[in-house]
Amino acid sequence: MMLYATLVALLVVMSLALIRAVRGPSIHDRILAVNMFSTKTVLLIAVICFTFGKPEFLDIALVYALINFVSVIGVLRYFEFRTANAASATEVTGD
Amino acid sequence: MIDSLLTFASGLLLLLGCFFMLTGAIGLLRFPDFYSRMHSAGVTDTLATFLIISGLMLAAGWSLALFKLGMIMLFIFFTSPTASHALARSAQLSALRLPPVTTGATQPETASSTAASAGNTTDTAVEAADDTRA
Repeated sequence: MMLYATLVALLVVMSLALIRAVRGPSIHDRILAVNMFSTKTVLLIAVICFTFGKPEFLDIALVYALINFVSVIGVLRYFEFRTANAASATEVTGD
Repeated sequence: MIDSLLTFASGLLLLLGCFFMLTGAIGLLRFPDFYSRMHSAGVTDTLATFLIISGLMLAAGWSLALFKLGMIMLFIFFTSPTASHALARSAQLSALRLPPVTTGATQPETASSTAASAGNTTDTAVEAADDTRA
């Protein structure tokens, strides 16, 4: 019973994080919201494993936590180098 | 008796985790600045994850799922502060500053900060550049 309430709360939190990711004024707000969304996805997979009674799917949550961390660090490193080289290079916005 | 007690404790931990998670998400939506939003997301990332995975551990019992949940919790416990630190450092390096408070009391502070950081440009030009980048 409490597991279903946790599922609903996780889906609500993920929707709020997606709203912030769409509305974020800077790129760092979007990265923050996507990081939170990924952590909540790991939790959602873990809760779904226990609601459906299949605990062997917890490996998917573990692998997803690894991929989330590596992707966030990679995207941050890309924007860090982009802002470090923005002083010397001519700024070309992709808009 | 001990079984019902374990079920009650796991439900209580899950309920507390849901509460902290929802407060963190509402803070992520409603706070005005990037750094306060990062604070609320950090609270959500560590504390709510710890509570929810502890509740699932109590529901799992002695099995392989307990070990897997422990590994997930340990991993998130190490990587979430690392990701928060990298995000804050990247925001500082890309000159994402707080907007100046319009009370008139921030004038000597901004003067001292521009005097301390001689290599940077002024904050308003950097913020304008950040707006064009975002």
